[in-house]
Amino acid sequence: MLSLASPIRTPYHRLPPPLKFAFLCGFTFAIFMTENPLHLAAAFLLVVVLHALPGHRFCLIGLKRLAPIWPFLAVILCWHLATRDYVGGVAVGLRLLAAIALANLVTMTTRLDDLVAVVGRLAAPFERFGVNRRGLGLAVALVVRFTPVLAQKAGCLLESWRGRSPRRPGWRIVLPLAAIALDDADHVAEALRARGGI
Amino acid sequence: MERNLVMVAFFAALIAALGLLPKLTLGFGVPITAQSLGIMLCGTVLGARRGAMAVLLFLLLVALGLPLLAGGRGGLGLFVSPSAGYLFGFPLAAAAAGFVMERWRPPSVFLAAFVASVAGGVVVLFVPGVIGMSITLGKSLPEAAMLGLPFVPGDVIKAVVAGWVTAGLARFRPHSLLSRQ
Repeated sequence: MLSLASPIRTPYHRLPPPLKFAFLCGFTFAIFMTENPLHLAAAFLLVVVLHALPGHRFCLIGLKRLAPIWPFLAVILCWHLATRDYVGGVAVGLRLLAAIALANLVTMTTRLDDLVAVVGRLAAPFERFGVNRRGLGLAVALVVRFTPVLAQKAGCLLESWRGRSPRRPGWRIVLPLAAIALDDADHVAEALRARGGI
Repeated sequence: MERNLVMVAFFAALIAALGLLPKLTLGFGVPITAQSLGIMLCGTVLGARRGAMAVLLFLLLVALGLPLLAGGRGGLGLFVSPSAGYLFGFPLAAAAAGFVMERWRPPSVFLAAFVASVAGGVVVLFVPGVIGMSITLGKSLPEAAMLGLPFVPGDVIKAVVAGWVTAGLARFRPHSLLSRQ
């Protein structure tokens, strides 16, 4: 399944998604407001405890999701070592880690259909401005369905390129891939219209 | 109606599929991928409004936790990470590229699409990208701008590819080039 939700069940899964979102927004806003390293350390500790509570396997998955952040942290720390502002560097690093880790926690413990439901509810007030909720749901479903299809077709294009040329493929397959996307979109639109439209 | 919605959805899927192509990592860990090429194409092929909608749809799915960003990344955490400014800038970049493509019609589609992609994907994207790094990394704007500069040459190369792809589509699929209708 194309999703980052954790396969390990935790008590957080049972919390209502809107509550989790409200907490995440409040928490992130608060830590970007404060400069005090002690507050940031406390916030970081809270996120660590929240990750550790469901057990070490869950905690390890959470740690793995943080992988893209380490290069940034290294740059920040080097920068602050060079400018001799050690406390400031640690504060910025703690804030970044706490904000990203808590957001990942919400992503990991909320099912995709619950998230889509939250989006639907948030989109409801905009209906009078022409936002079509059914259309939004259909569009989300189409992307989820056709991303693997397009990725697979890109794979076929790469393979057939390699079969014919010793040179590396790469950007040259983007044109046929875009043409395939346009053609497939035409076919799907036609099929939708034939079935009564949106 | 159906065609517009499906086009928007397919270009959102195309951005995601482009993120899966082999990538180069440049500078300090920020991957240079074909993904921002997808953002440029949304603008130059779909036009300002639909292009921005395709990018917003893509970002919505990333925020919902689908691993659609290059390297299988996704989730809410990205929107507070150092790349956040670029993510928030993506719809603006697509809209700007689409705007230029719709208004300016020189004889060469390649030229129009290249200039539109530079305007959207390099110039317009740079501003929110730098602001985002400045906030998340606690740096001043000029310092953050220095961190953003290494990406510019790669993005200009991608704008050339976006121009070439758009010109190809104008030749082979003229009816699907919604930005020119």
